[in-house]
Amino acid sequence: MKIKILGIGCSNCRKLEQNVAEAVSNKGLEAEIIKVDDFAEIASYGVMSMPGLIIDGEIKASGRIPSAEEIGNWIK
Amino acid sequence: MFEQFVKNAVFNILNLPAGSRLGESLSFFIYDIAKIFFLIAIIIFAVSFIRSFFPPEKVKKYLNFRFEILGNIAAAGIGVITPFCTCSAIPLFMGFLESGIPLGVTISYLIAAPMVNEVALGLLWVLFGWKIALLYIGTGLLIAIFSGFLIGRLKLEHLVEDFVFQAKNANAQAPELNARQRAAHAFEYTKGIIKKVWIFIFVGIGVGAVIHGYVPIEIVSKVAGKGNPFAVLAAVAIGVPLYSNAAGTVPIIQALIGKGLPVGTALALMMSIVGLSAPEFLILRRVMKTRLLLILVAIVAAGIVTVGYLFNLFL
Repeated sequence: MKIKILGIGCSNCRKLEQNVAEAVSNKGLEAEIIKVDDFAEIASYGVMSMPGLIIDGEIKASGRIPSAEEIGNWIK
Repeated sequence: MFEQFVKNAVFNILNLPAGSRLGESLSFFIYDIAKIFFLIAIIIFAVSFIRSFFPPEKVKKYLNFRFEILGNIAAAGIGVITPFCTCSAIPLFMGFLESGIPLGVTISYLIAAPMVNEVALGLLWVLFGWKIALLYIGTGLLIAIFSGFLIGRLKLEHLVEDFVFQAKNANAQAPELNARQRAAHAFEYTKGIIKKVWIFIFVGIGVGAVIHGYVPIEIVSKVAGKGNPFAVLAAVAIGVPLYSNAAGTVPIIQALIGKGLPVGTALALMMSIVGLSAPEFLILRRVMKTRLLLILVAIVAAGIVTVGYLFNLFL
């Protein structure tokens, strides 16, 4: 499972990272968590508000910080 | 009614003699602070709930009009309800341009978003009344619309960094939220903002109180009052490089107005502090060449100065 976090390091982006890490560990799953902070790449996903969350190629959230619980529902 | 409740609580809990000045001041302070936080919370919640209906990914499909000025107006309008996380500036800028939205329209959005934000609005409403709050939104919108339109007319697309137009265009959308999710996120967002800005509000009120108590009324009026024709220019010159949270700025502006700062000058100072900021410029420099950035700052600053003078003239 590939999880991409789009953002350039502001506190919101870091909060999302925390929530993702928590969700993944709660489920005891293996996931590759990639932080994307290159603008061209971020733009190529069409995401326009940070932070962005992409799970296995699908955009799950943009411009908001889903809770660890909500993220947990998206990962299997 | 709530004021009476607070008064009774303070006097009883602290066992103060009726009518004592300490009791009066303390209960006023507590009542005022509580009122401020309560009202801003409501405003921030309402705005962030509404905003969930207008994600930029969706909005970008609707900003291409036959007459570009309509795009400027729409973009500025949407910019008002959009929060401005500096890190979103670039993906947003790129996303709009790649979708074929004109540079000028994108710029209208970029100007409106940081300048007119719900925290500033909430505080202005609570501390100055709805008329001034509306005035602030109105002039902020006008500046955003006009500046963006002008930049569009100047045909400055060549001053955008090339990689912006070379990047892949994608149409993406996060899943739609239902009403409960919107409410939940508006709530979380409101909590987050209050957590971030409460200290600025307190500090702002504190500085305001110091100004109120210690700065003689003559100084502000003499230096920056109606008699000084350069006051507005100076205010904007000071405000542009400064950046402060809107939350901290409003109470200070309130204190300065109380000391004789004309409303137009105060508005200009506030807009230039909140709307143009060094961190934002540094970020924007990555997608636009310095000349475009300078032109942008110059046009917006000129707009703010004009607004400042006009209001001093007519208010």
